Amino acid sequence: MIDAELIIIGAGPAGMAAATTAANEGATVLLFDEQPQAGGQIYRNVKNQSNRLDNKNYFGKDYLSGKKHVDALEHENIKIEYGATVWRIEDGRHVVWSKNGISKISSAKHILLATGAQERPVPFPGWTLPGVMTAGAAQILMKTSGLLPRDAILAGSGPLLYLIAVQMIDAGAPPKALVETQTFKKTLSAAKHLPNALFAANTLFKGLGFLRKIKEAKIKVAKIKRYTACSGFRAEESVDGSIEFSFDYRNVNHKIKTPLLLTHQGIVPSTHLSRASGISHRWNETQKAFQPITDLWGQSETPTIHVAGDGASIGGAETAQAAGRLTALNIVHHLGHLNKDERDKKAKADRSLFNRALSIRPLLDNLYAPLPEFLSPPNETIVCRCEEVTASEIRQSIAEGAAGHRQVKTSLRNGMGPCQGRMCDLTVRGILIDSGINPDAPRARTPIKPIKLGEIANLKIPPE
Amino acid sequence: MKIDSRFQARPKGNISLSIDGEIVFAHKGDTVATALLADSGNASRKTNKNSPRTPFCMMGVCFDCLVEINGSPNEQSCMIQVEEGMVVKRPKGLRNYEQK
Ligand code: FES
Repeated sequence: MIDAELIIIGAGPAGMAAATTAANEGATVLLFDEQPQAGGQIYRNVKNQSNRLDNKNYFGKDYLSGKKHVDALEHENIKIEYGATVWRIEDGRHVVWSKNGISKISSAKHILLATGAQERPVPFPGWTLPGVMTAGAAQILMKTSGLLPRDAILAGSGPLLYLIAVQMIDAGAPPKALVETQTFKKTLSAAKHLPNALFAANTLFKGLGFLRKIKEAKIKVAKIKRYTACSGFRAEESVDGSIEFSFDYRNVNHKIKTPLLLTHQGIVPSTHLSRASGISHRWNETQKAFQPITDLWGQSETPTIHVAGDGASIGGAETAQAAGRLTALNIVHHLGHLNKDERDKKAKADRSLFNRALSIRPLLDNLYAPLPEFLSPPNETIVCRCEEVTASEIRQSIAEGAAGHRQVKTSLRNGMGPCQGRMCDLTVRGILIDSGINPDAPRARTPIKPIKLGEIANLKIPPE
Repeated sequence: MKIDSRFQARPKGNISLSIDGEIVFAHKGDTVATALLADSGNASRKTNKNSPRTPFCMMGVCFDCLVEINGSPNEQSCMIQVEEGMVVKRPKGLRNYEQK
């Protein structure tokens, strides 16, 4: 028995676009999301923006545009389970999910993984201290609760960092300093990708606009200090509970005190579910991340499993929406709602949008490539936050013969805490690479989020 | 010592919850992690090795926001919305066997 023709996991830009496209073509869709509303992280809480405390929009037009995508989900062919965590995929057709402490199994003819991205871990000595958070986390607090950072420092690089800086300025919570890891050399080497990026001029100019606005605000308010090409991050706890953040800038070590240090080094695909589903993954060297292997329609080697959006490859919201629609068209074709020619015809506009949007990626990926010190951090750095395993312990286990993720993990327990490697996998890989080992993507296992044993024991197997 | 919140003060909310016995007011739509961060800059949990932590990612990835909610340990507070009368406790290292 099937619950829907298509199950989609993740109601962000890709999942929402795929759901509406498939539903409009006549397919029945069951959509799961962990959050109480659709939108994903980028359009998080967009539906409730008018009820927010301060009621000001400092997130910009792009953010508010998400509301129409959320509204479009009200469709007779779409059923949505919010607050639902999918923790297993079986045989490419069954989805095991948990909601309010009860787990259930739902089945479909096709499954689309639209699990989006997470921020790349930014490990450095002191990154586990209270008062150190990701910049994305601060943005989520602003979006969902109007909670604004106080005298924060923004540190790192990536388009999102500048976007958040502007949003903080507009919200009346400007950062007291912007500590950028981006170097002039990187800007130069990225410039060779400019001609390609010009195809995506819209996105590019938006990015440049943000940079300009930061500069303007800096001049006007004259309070935001800006440091570029920084390295050597370190955070220490001071007696009053605030963070002493130190870094190297122009060969001089600087120290700034702040209640809140917000770091960011770009985003990477969330691949726990796709890896646990059994499909193959590869290392993307420009994006420095693992990603599932799919064809141009997002279809994996298991023909009933598809992947779209940032969970497949980082491209941003617009690209993810195009990918969601393309993947949905291919799925409804396989379901028999569309023939091949119809599929290709309907895919045309999105195919070129997708290609255009992707043409800006080489520029961004090179411009904002993560610093080597975050890929393979100094010895005293805690790499696995859950099990508190340091870089030095990992290096020692490699020296003693561990030749991959699994052996390091067996000796140290890194990746075996509740986050299941989400915060350390990439760093362990960086250290392995540094030691001359080129590891495969680490395994991800069911349940991909901690589930109570009783929940598994009470699981009812539905009739075939 | 109560450390000031690392965030700007908001108007007082109308949902009350108890955090380690202290009554705290939060807003509808706040997660428990948000309420903890808005209330103070203190650690919201101590790890097995007794090091202090606060919520880190706010999107269900890092598990540094684990607290006890209404008697249930290890709840991901950034994924759970506040409700009137909630009882929240900050975990302090490993639980004792007697504590269950
Ligand atoms: S703050 Fe990261 S999982 Fe809750």
